[in-house]
Amino acid sequence: MFWETVRLSLTSIRRNLLRSFLTLLGIVIGVAAVIGMLTIGSGTTEKVKQDIAKLGSNLLVVRPARPDRSGSTSFTPRPLTEKDVAGLRSGLENVRAVAAVAQSTVRVVYGAQNISAQVTGTDDEYLAARDWNLVLGRSFTESEVRGGANVCILGETVRKQFFGAGDPDGQSVRVGKTSCTVIGVLESKGTSGFGQDQDNVVMMPLLGFQRRIAGNRDIDSINVAAQDGVSTTQVQSDIEGILRDTRRIAPDADINFEVRDMTQVADAMTSATTTMTGMLGAVAAVSLLVGGIGIMNIMLVSVTERTREIGIRLAIGAHERHILMQFLVEATVLSLLGGLIGIALGLGIAGLAAVSMSIPFAPSLAVILMAVGFSAMIGMVFGFFPALRGARLDPIEALRHE
Amino acid sequence: MAPPLIRFDKVWKSYGQGEARVNALAGVDLAIDPGQFVAIMGPSGSGKSTAMNIIGCLDTPTAGVYAFRGVDAGRLDRNRRAMLRNLYIGFVFQGYNLLPRTTAAENVELPLIYRGVGASERRKRALKALAQVGLTGREHHTPGELSGGQQQRVAIARAIVTQPTLLVADEPTGNLDTARSHEIMDLLTGLNDNFGLTIVMVTHEADIAAYAHRTIEFRDGRVSADTRNHELA
Ligand SMILES: Nc1ncnc2c1ncn2[C@@H]1O[C@H](COP(=O)(O)OP(=O)(O)O)[C@@H](O)[C@H]1O
Ligand SMILES: [Mg+2]
Repeated sequence: MFWETVRLSLTSIRRNLLRSFLTLLGIVIGVAAVIGMLTIGSGTTEKVKQDIAKLGSNLLVVRPARPDRSGSTSFTPRPLTEKDVAGLRSGLENVRAVAAVAQSTVRVVYGAQNISAQVTGTDDEYLAARDWNLVLGRSFTESEVRGGANVCILGETVRKQFFGAGDPDGQSVRVGKTSCTVIGVLESKGTSGFGQDQDNVVMMPLLGFQRRIAGNRDIDSINVAAQDGVSTTQVQSDIEGILRDTRRIAPDADINFEVRDMTQVADAMTSATTTMTGMLGAVAAVSLLVGGIGIMNIMLVSVTERTREIGIRLAIGAHERHILMQFLVEATVLSLLGGLIGIALGLGIAGLAAVSMSIPFAPSLAVILMAVGFSAMIGMVFGFFPALRGARLDPIEALRHE
Repeated sequence: MAPPLIRFDKVWKSYGQGEARVNALAGVDLAIDPGQFVAIMGPSGSGKSTAMNIIGCLDTPTAGVYAFRGVDAGRLDRNRRAMLRNLYIGFVFQGYNLLPRTTAAENVELPLIYRGVGASERRKRALKALAQVGLTGREHHTPGELSGGQQQRVAIARAIVTQPTLLVADEPTGNLDTARSHEIMDLLTGLNDNFGLTIVMVTHEADIAAYAHRTIEFRDGRVSADTRNHELA
């Protein structure tokens, strides 16, 4: 009996194929929007998580505070210094690594080739702080760090540009006005969430960078990696305590540096995508509503067109519930069909977006099942009134209908 | 003597309110026994169709009692009357009333669907009913591919596929030519003779009414004559 009804509804949908399809458009668009957006959204979230993981887990970044745009500041701006780094190294507990960093974009030359790369002056703890491995060679020795030796480690982009299939180890490259010997190559990290090539880098000992490239002793940032399972909030307040000391900031004065917890940045970015997904969800809900009204409309037309058929069915013994079922199933099958087309379309869009935005394609079975359930529900809800109207027809009147 | 299959006891059927009130039936008393073949005649607007709708449990009296198989059908709700129709009554209409774009076999199967009969059993009974009305070989034709007489045969097959007690036919030959009309009447007579199917049929034509055992005439919502046809005697 049930399959009979489903078959009947498919026949009826097939007979009015164009009309059925146009009716479905609202549902198709709504479901495609929901599926597409949720899939892209979770892909983006996934991507952000991966990026943060690439930054290094449990990473805290200390930077000097900048005066805000109005110029009125409650603190005295001061760069970070060796003393701050030393203070953190000796004072912090539960941390894996503390690395001082100074950076600038510099032209790097090898033979006839040149590339503009991010040059980072840092120390031997930097790689640990950023969870970054070498694929070739070695990191800086302590003496190289202390002496600011002319050695450097290349990012994958720089290596490929200069050496292709050749061996970079021991080669000499020019960084700005100085030259340095390549001692290692970093593993590739790919593009960051902000579209920046994280492999277009050259690393050298901080002191060498300061002397030969920056021309000053400033430190741009200090990367601190907390140990696993340690509260980054605790480490953050420890850092603040120590730096107040080394930078001689009175306990009631504002600090002239900032400590950014990258875990929180990740959360903030994730919640931003969630908010965006939610907003697009609202748009999708509206188009589903429009789709539902479309279903209701077409079912009313269908009931009117088939008044005589309903009369015949009632006369030969159909109960109200049989007629109700027939049209309810038809509406449900119709909107379910729209839902399935919408799911396919939405996944297709999300797939394209995944490729073009280089984010993971992350379809969720739960979301797909939800869309299936939701479109079936729309059919039932919006099909109910027309179906009831058909079921309540008077058989005599219905039989007289032309 | 078996109790009557159909009994009208002072049945009234009124439409409209106040000034516009029309009494389609004005106190009809009537009894039809099982196995009878009854023709109903009368001028247009005399209440024939109204009476047929009540007999077929499609409609209920405004006043009075309509008893079908001893049951006060006028007091039953829609769904119970639907059940009575499905179990005991077959309908044949002037305009055939087949589902368009649906094969003869599927049309005949329809009442069995609402009885919950399984698909293969349904098909078997439908083919048998179609054979009974002489339509073997036409099972997969849609109404559009059949002549009027053939369509009415499909309608008769659909009416008898449930093996009903009563066949209600409102002007079954109204749309057919004389030759086709007599074929349909032969078919109905056969069903009455062979299966004891009770038939109540509205007609305007005396030669069609002559196939019945009994002719009831309506005038202004009342029974004006009730005669036994002499063939029966
Ligand atoms: N649904 C209705 N609403 C109002 N009047 C009706 C309705 N059905 C029948 N009538 C009236 O009842 C009377 C009897 O109609 P009907 O039983 O169809 O007559 P017949 O079938 O003998 O031609 C007519 O006057 C007709 O106009
Ligand atoms: Mg009539």
